[in-house]
Formats: sequence, C-alpha cells, structure tokens
Amino acid sequence: MKELKILAVVVFFALVTYWLVEPYAHGIMHKKVDTKSFAYSDLDETTKGVMSKTGDASRGADLIVNGGCTGCHSVNVASIPAAMDAVSAAGAFGVNPPDLSNTGVIYDAKFLAELIKNPAHALNVEHKFAPESGKMHPMVPFYGAGGDIDQEIADMIAYLKSISVKVEDVTPAMAYEDACARCHTVDFVNYTYTGKIPAFKSKKDELAFEINVLEYEDSLKAYMGKLPPDLSMYYLSRSPHYIRTFMEDPQSYLEGTSMPRVGVTADSAEKIVEFMADSADSKRHQRDEIGTYVIYFSIIFAILAILWKKEVWRDLK
Amino acid sequence: MAQFTKATSVKDWLNQRLAIEKVEKVMGSEYWIPKNINFLWAMGMILAFLFLLLTVSGIFLLMYYQPHVDTAFYSVNYTIMSEVDFGWLWRHIHAVASSVTFLIIYIHMFTAIYYGSYKKGREMIWITGMLLFVTFSAGAFSGYMLPWGQMSYWAGMVITNIFSLGDLQFNGLVEWIRGDYAPGQAFLNRFFMLHVFLLPLAIMGLIGLHFAALRIPHVNNQDGEEIDFEAESKKYLAGDKKGSKVMRFANDFLSKDVMVLGIFLVFFFYLVFFHYTFALDPVNLDPADGLVTPKYIYPEWYFLWSYEILRPFSVNIGLIAFGFSQVIFFLLPWLDRSPNTVAASRRGLFKYWFWLMLINMIVLTAMGKLPPKDPFSTIGLISAVLFIVMWLALPFITKNEKKA
Repeated sequence: MKELKILAVVVFFALVTYWLVEPYAHGIMHKKVDTKSFAYSDLDETTKGVMSKTGDASRGADLIVNGGCTGCHSVNVASIPAAMDAVSAAGAFGVNPPDLSNTGVIYDAKFLAELIKNPAHALNVEHKFAPESGKMHPMVPFYGAGGDIDQEIADMIAYLKSISVKVEDVTPAMAYEDACARCHTVDFVNYTYTGKIPAFKSKKDELAFEINVLEYEDSLKAYMGKLPPDLSMYYLSRSPHYIRTFMEDPQSYLEGTSMPRVGVTADSAEKIVEFMADSADSKRHQRDEIGTYVIYFSIIFAILAILWKKEVWRDLK
Repeated sequence: MAQFTKATSVKDWLNQRLAIEKVEKVMGSEYWIPKNINFLWAMGMILAFLFLLLTVSGIFLLMYYQPHVDTAFYSVNYTIMSEVDFGWLWRHIHAVASSVTFLIIYIHMFTAIYYGSYKKGREMIWITGMLLFVTFSAGAFSGYMLPWGQMSYWAGMVITNIFSLGDLQFNGLVEWIRGDYAPGQAFLNRFFMLHVFLLPLAIMGLIGLHFAALRIPHVNNQDGEEIDFEAESKKYLAGDKKGSKVMRFANDFLSKDVMVLGIFLVFFFYLVFFHYTFALDPVNLDPADGLVTPKYIYPEWYFLWSYEILRPFSVNIGLIAFGFSQVIFFLLPWLDRSPNTVAASRRGLFKYWFWLMLINMIVLTAMGKLPPKDPFSTIGLISAVLFIVMWLALPFITKNEKKA
C-alpha cells in the first residue's frame, strides 16, 4: 500500500509538470481560433440576392463562355482549353488561374457568388489591393451582362455545379490540387504548382520542367511577397484544426498576410487535410493498428511479470 | 599457468576459461540487495533498459539518417517516417525514450535526495550519476540538432552563444565550437559525431563506473539502516530467507525490477504510439531557416528549469546563475552536513527543503517554457533566486539537524 502512495505522489508531480509544460504553455503561446464551420456568414449580406435566386445552368454556360471567364480560365470538361500555359499565366496574373471543371463542388456557393462579384472581398485580401495602392486584383469582377446581375451569377454557379463531378467522387488529391497546389508545393508526395510531377524520359525534359517551376516561382514570389511554404509537414507541424481554421480565414492567424481565403466547403477542407496527412503522416493507420497490439502485449507481459515477482517473493516475506 | 582439464560439459569448458559461475555469483545470485526498498529502487533498471532502447533504435535510424544540411530534414521526416519499413516506429521509440529517460532520471535523482543515498561512502554513486546526467544532457542536445529543423537550428544558435560568456565576448570560442559563424554543415557534422559516437561511448563507460561505485557501499534502503551484509547474506544462504534482511539481486530483486519494467512499458508504449507529440516539438517539424526566427524558442522540457535560471537575469548575472545551477548538484554530498542517512520525512528542516526544491524546480520548468512576459517572467525570477538561496542555505539548515 505504501508503494501505491509513493506511486501516486510520483504520478501527481509528473502530471502537473506535463500539464504546465504542454497543454497550459501551448494554450498561452498559441492563439486559439474557433472554426466557423465553413459557413462564410460574413458574406450573407452581400450574397443574399444571388442566393435567393434559382440558377439556370444553360444560361450560365453562355455567361461563362461569353462573359469573359474563359479568357483566363480553362474548363477542361467542356473542352475549353486554357489561353496560356501555367508559366505564362503566372507571369501575367501572378498565379495560374484555376480550371473551372470542379469549382462548383469544391468551393462554397456563397463564396463563389461573392468571388464573381468582388474577388478581393471574397478572398479577404482587400488590404493588398487598397485603391491608393493603385493595384487591382488580377481577377476582374463580373459587372453583369445586361440583365439582373444576381440572377446571372446564380446561373453561372448553377452551370459550374452541373459540370462538376459528384461530391463523393472528389478525391483528396483533386481537392488539394484545385484549392492549394497553384501556390504551394508538397515535396514529400512530389506535388508542384501544376500537380503531380510526371516521370521524365530524359534529363533534358526534367531540367526543362524544373526551369518552368523556377519561372513560375519567380512570378508567385513577386505576386505573394514571398514564396508560399511547402506543405509536406504541415499536418504535423501545425495541426488539422489549424489547417482548417487557417483555410477558413488566414487573417485570423496572420493579420495582413497575402494568402487569400480558400473558400472551400467543409467536405473539401476535410479532403485537403487528408491529403496533407498522407504526406506528413503516411503511416498513421499502421501506427494505430500496431500500437493496439503492442499495448495488449505489454499488459500481458506486465501481468506475467507481477505473477513471477509474487512467486519469487513468497519465500522472502 | 592455470591447469586445464578435459571439459565434462560446455558449461565446464566455459567455466575453466571464463569463470562463468563466479561471474554469475558476483553479478547476480550473490549480489546482495536490502529487502527494505520500494519500487523507486527499480528506476536504475528502467534507465538501463531505456538506454538499450535508445541504442537499438539509434542504430536503425543511423542506417538512413543523412548528416547533411540539405538532406538531414528530408531523411528524418520523409525517408525514415514514410519510406523505411517501421522507420516511424524506431523514430518514435527514439524520441519518446529520450524524453522519458529524463523523466526517470529526475525521479531517480529525487529518490536519491529524499533517502540521502549520496552519503556515507555513496558519494561516488552520486558523482557518477551526475556525470551521467550531464552526458545524457549533451546526448539529448546533440541529438536534437540532427533533424535540422527550426528548433534544432535556433536552439543550436542560442546554446552555443552561451559560450561567448556575456561581456567576456568569447566570440572566437563560439565560432570554434560551431566551426562557422552560424550553425551550418560543420556544426551538424560535429554534433552528429558527438551524438552517435563520443557521447554514447562516454555514457557506456560511466554506466559501468556508476554500477561499480555501488558495490562497496551497497544499495541504500528506505530507512537508511546500516545492514551487516556479510552476516545477513550468511543467514540467507543458510536457508533463513524470511529472516534475512537481504536478498539476491537475481532472481529476487530482479523479479521486482522486471515487474516494475513491465508496468512501465505499458505506459511507455502508450506514449510511443498514441501520445508522442510532446517528444516531437511541432516547431522542429519546419525545416531549418536562418532567416526566420521562430516566435518562441524553448528547449525540451527537461532543460527548462536550468534555462529559466539563465533567462530572467541580465546576461552576465544570468550566466553566473546558470553556471551555479549546473555544478551545484554535484556538491550535494558536501552541502548536506547532517550525518543522518534517512528519508527526508524524518529529517527536520530538510524535509521542507526537499519538497520546496521539487516544487520550485517544477515552477522553473513551467516558466522556462512560457513566454517571457509578466506574470511569468516575475515568477521565473523569484523562483530562480529562490533556487540559488535554497542551495546556499542548505549547509546551514542541515548543520544542526538532530540525530534521527
């Protein structure tokens, strides 16, 4: 019994130290940001006109093609190619504009409505494009095609939704590629700004590809102010909660950052987190499985050891 | 020359050449341990086992680790964690074992302080133990450099800066230690050498010395009772196992060691598989970048108390206080002037000294991690001063202690 009391004292002091050094200290050091469940409620007011309308996908298709969108964006599923390759597009806009094939399923509708109307506001980067700076967000706002602008935007979103794959068919890599890859690399899984790095037949092809990546990086650096970080380890070096809340609103952690709000749905955010987990912590499922067995083994070993000790000490006490 | 006869068995053959029966007696069956000890006396065995785990896991990690500033981070965080079969397991075991080793070292140390196990011929056990603490600390620090993450780089920068010794401006010494103006390839290579060769070698030698220091004064016991090992062991061998105050190391005490180890391993493997982040600081999962200082720089938890003795003062005073905290534990057998070798609970003022010292070191540990702003920096300053005052007061409060 005395030994159990001693153990209780040891455990008590160890736990107090642990609590102070880990949960308590990290709680003080790191800002706590609660998730807003990807509701984008700050956009309720400005998008209520669009959200109250029922969109017509066929009219939306006309608007997307004739309204100027495809001057910069490709729509691969509709066989509308990009006007420029990724490197030239980054040179022109700072970053390669996304393909619109799966925009409707990966991003939140309310966010898209605001994005079409007022990109800098939807992306939370108005501080970067203040009027006095003379800079304009590279995405031109949609000023309307002559009719009811809210109805037109609703039509465009309806079209984007109609051409997207089903939500259950969006893979973690698709969500990541669409939402993050154009600014961030993930070295550990061979992802660069244009997606997965292909296998090269010759050294020449490989070097040419690498030069393209370097040129793309130059444009990106000039546009963002610094090269956005590689995300290989972010799942572990930050945390899933940090990644989710950071995507929801980068300004909540880094005021004034040039990283835009990502605008994804909650479902896409989970897929992006999973993609990042597969890079940083690829063996997590194996670890959990083996860990359970090892704990069982240790418990059995401990029980046998206790029985052995009792056996040996029977003669001693 | 010894007489060799034709061996009757393999055991006999070995016995003639290696005296294995004698060795077994000296090391195990006739190595006498007092019965009056609790599970805290098994911490040494746990530490030996942890060192074995560190060595084995370290060997596997060494097969894939690349000591180069361009590839070190990648080889640890990608190659070992994702490509190598069970590389993640070895790394988790290595990281968690190093952190838990310090937890057990502190328990082991405070056990020794509580029961006065550094007195009456046991001074060399204490000194070699402290030398092990220092070499383990150096081992932990050098190992922390190897993944070449942000905290490796910046902790390396901060700790090597200590050698400039404040206003003495020994900048040449700092450069000599780093092999460069800032941590770089030369720096990484030398800490790699220290971590995988020189320090493990020193630790192995010191463990041998630590065990050897235990032979003559014998293990202490819960009541500080002076046992006549000669007489008690005769009693045991004569068959009075129950009446004897001593027992064999093997298998008597060994069975208890293994029991404690078994229970400890449940806790240890829980940490390895399900609660390892405390041993893999997230800041160090960003690659080293000499142009970006992390918002908070702090050492691993086991260095925090001494870091907090350095930090709250101005540079020169802080360095003196830090130097004081590093050597003062060595002097404990001489600073404690009481002749009593009993548990602190039976020792007058020392009882309060012990618990206050323990609590104060936990406070220092917590303040060392927290950002240096009020109220934490004030609490840290008070704790650091209290730490020094308590050590200076120790000879006076133990001098007039009554015989327990």
